[in-house]
Amino acid sequence: MTEDKPGWREMPEGAISYKCTLDYETGDWGVEYPEIDYERCSKCMLCHFYCPEGAVRVRSDGYTEIDRRYCKGCGICVEECPVKCMKMVRKV
Amino acid sequence: MYEDGEKGLIVTDERLMMGLNGDEAVAYAIKQVEPDVVAAYPITPQTIIVERFSEYVANGLVKTDFVSVESEHSALSSCIGAEAAGARAFTATAANGLALMWEMTFIASSLRLPIVMAVANRALSGPINIHNDHSDAMGARDSGWIQIWCENSQEVYDACIEAWRIGEHTNVQLPVMINLDGFTLSHTMENVFTLPDDVVKNFVRDRRFIKVKGHLGESELRLDPGTPITMGPFDLQDFYFEHKLQQVEAMRRALEAIPEVDAEYEALSGRGYRLIHPYMVDDAELVIVGLGSTMGTASYVVEKLREKGVKAGLVKIRVFRPFPKDELVKTLRSIPVVGVLDRAISFGAPNGPLCEEVKTAFYEEKDRPLIANFIHGLGGRDTSPSMIEGMFHRLMKIKSRGRVDQLIEYVGVRE
Amino acid sequence: MSDLTLKEAALKPDLLASGHRLCAGCGETIIARMILKAARGPTIATSATGCLEVSTSIYPYTAWMVPWIHSAFENAAATASGIEAAWRAMRRKQKGPLSRYETLDIIAFAGDGGTYDIGLQALSGALERGHDFTYVLLDNEAYMNTGIQRSGGTPFAAETTTSPSGKAVPGKKEWKKPIDEIVIAHEIPYAASINPAYPMDVLRKSRKALEADGPAFLHALVPCSRGWRFPPEKTIEVSRLAVQTCIFPLYECRFLEGRPHYELSSPSLAIAKKPESKKPVEEYLRIQGRFNHLFRPEMRVDLISSIQEWVDNRWEMLKEKSGV
Repeated sequence: MTEDKPGWREMPEGAISYKCTLDYETGDWGVEYPEIDYERCSKCMLCHFYCPEGAVRVRSDGYTEIDRRYCKGCGICVEECPVKCMKMVRKV
Repeated sequence: MYEDGEKGLIVTDERLMMGLNGDEAVAYAIKQVEPDVVAAYPITPQTIIVERFSEYVANGLVKTDFVSVESEHSALSSCIGAEAAGARAFTATAANGLALMWEMTFIASSLRLPIVMAVANRALSGPINIHNDHSDAMGARDSGWIQIWCENSQEVYDACIEAWRIGEHTNVQLPVMINLDGFTLSHTMENVFTLPDDVVKNFVRDRRFIKVKGHLGESELRLDPGTPITMGPFDLQDFYFEHKLQQVEAMRRALEAIPEVDAEYEALSGRGYRLIHPYMVDDAELVIVGLGSTMGTASYVVEKLREKGVKAGLVKIRVFRPFPKDELVKTLRSIPVVGVLDRAISFGAPNGPLCEEVKTAFYEEKDRPLIANFIHGLGGRDTSPSMIEGMFHRLMKIKSRGRVDQLIEYVGVRE
Repeated sequence: MSDLTLKEAALKPDLLASGHRLCAGCGETIIARMILKAARGPTIATSATGCLEVSTSIYPYTAWMVPWIHSAFENAAATASGIEAAWRAMRRKQKGPLSRYETLDIIAFAGDGGTYDIGLQALSGALERGHDFTYVLLDNEAYMNTGIQRSGGTPFAAETTTSPSGKAVPGKKEWKKPIDEIVIAHEIPYAASINPAYPMDVLRKSRKALEADGPAFLHALVPCSRGWRFPPEKTIEVSRLAVQTCIFPLYECRFLEGRPHYELSSPSLAIAKKPESKKPVEEYLRIQGRFNHLFRPEMRVDLISSIQEWVDNRWEMLKEKSGV
């Protein structure tokens, strides 16, 4: 990821961070990401809580969805899904 | 309330005069400033500061939160937390306490937190010694703190009020260390002219913050759930160096800000402070340069020598960081011989720390004095008027020979 | 305690944003996200030096959506003390930027190195002084950030880069320091053990900790795929096994009327009530590479039984203290 690198006069004083990691997409770390079979999903939301990345978001309808911009492909959600409605698939 | 005295403007309202030792002068000034947080750990010879301040707290005279921490490291860490949260925070220490804080001194300045700290200067172990020298503060000279050095309790009192305005100056935003010689000042009672509480409160006013543009937008440089910022990030090769340059610039600006605050304080108190205080240097041929209480003794010696017709003078350096290079060069440029007093050793270095800076200041100058270096008073060894007179005699010899033969002379040590 | 349902927590935006650079499958982030979801409102967080700190704040990026500060390694509790003192003083003066907050959730995160070892003094001081803050021990049982060196929190026989298993010494020679007892001996209002496998338990205890009037301590077991040597997708399974084998039971301890009151939390209480459901510690050890040398080249039955004995003793003591 390319960075803008301002000179010292332009940077905020006190070394205050000026970018949010939401702009730093870690989704390219992994080779796989999970897919959800919504037919079988029971909306338990465990995958949301177990995701270290906060990349499994809960929608207003109660189902979860994967934010591939950040998913590092650890596979915890697939491993832990109580109804086994998730699987890891190869990124294309 | 004020009138011209022999040594400039002096306060004459006797009702404001108090008998205070250096530590008490610190505690009393800080009581008047009433910072939000005082986090401190007792260490000789600073203990009176924390004792007195605890009494103020116990008697409900201040609303300050006194955090009696379990170590100096935590004292400065708590001050960092408090200042980061937008509070005013004060601490005080000495010697080994300052050494234990060492890690945090660099962090406080890099986070740009204008903490104020009094240091009752004491020899840094070992072997352990509780008396005065400057090895503690000199060890912290590169930590990014402004350093003010005091000659007497009056200066201590005034510095403890001015420091807030200097450190919090929006062009500066750096921590300030106030140095007072352990025991010599910390435990010696002197007359101190104080200011009324409301005058102090008005002068220090509320803490000023600078604005920063963080990851969620513009905010003041402080932790507030309303406008979250991230302080103390992991700062790697691509950005760390730039942040250090910002600290360099803040120090440079402090050289401008300090006289500004001094002038405002002078108008209020009648006591005018400068980056350096020359005494009888205008026509002087031999000048001693130094820090702290020794300069009081030295001024007595200068007066005695003047009576004998010796053209002696002295320069007291009040602000050591940022180093007032230009003022010093201007003042000493045409002096034939200068003797720099160091109350600390930099082992293996060609000179003591203050002398090295004075020499560096003159390196690019065409006109410069011969510069000798006297290391004295380590571990509380007394520096008497006769010793200082002896230094002036050495300077005379150097003047007549036209050169400095010995890089460092150790004064008052048994051979 | 005000209730926080799983659904409410799920819909709360993350206060630790995505895009941080912790390892895939990291247990620390899982639990840090949950704890932050339990925050009641105005929050200030501080972290000791460690994985969570470096990986969430690589300049110029930050993952922290709450005000956050890192200052050093050994002083998370002291930094939090200062923040709390600042807030208290401003409230008292009714002046200053934080004076308008009636509640302020001050959370200090530190690893096992920053708690059991280098940060113990600052922690003890802050607990003794009674600052109103929540200290979270993110216990991944070694100095993971510097490359898996042993700490006071590393369990017996675990292999780390400074307690390697060799021909003469089979991993760490010392037992895990009983940090909870040390903390609880400070007579603080609330202490609890938490584990990422049990989100509801984490949310409930975190909220209690934040609501406690005074210092609260959350001891979080956070399995580390890199340091414990298991595949990243097994983080929750390993966490769960720690509870099921009782090597890391879930409980809480409140200090009421001059004495500590221990209470087993439901996953551990269920085991206490049904002792046959308690799994042998071997199951927990076997799936982690850091204990490989207990199984290969030959089975170290002696060491495994020592560990089992240690687990059983501590489990019995905890049950006794909990009145079960």
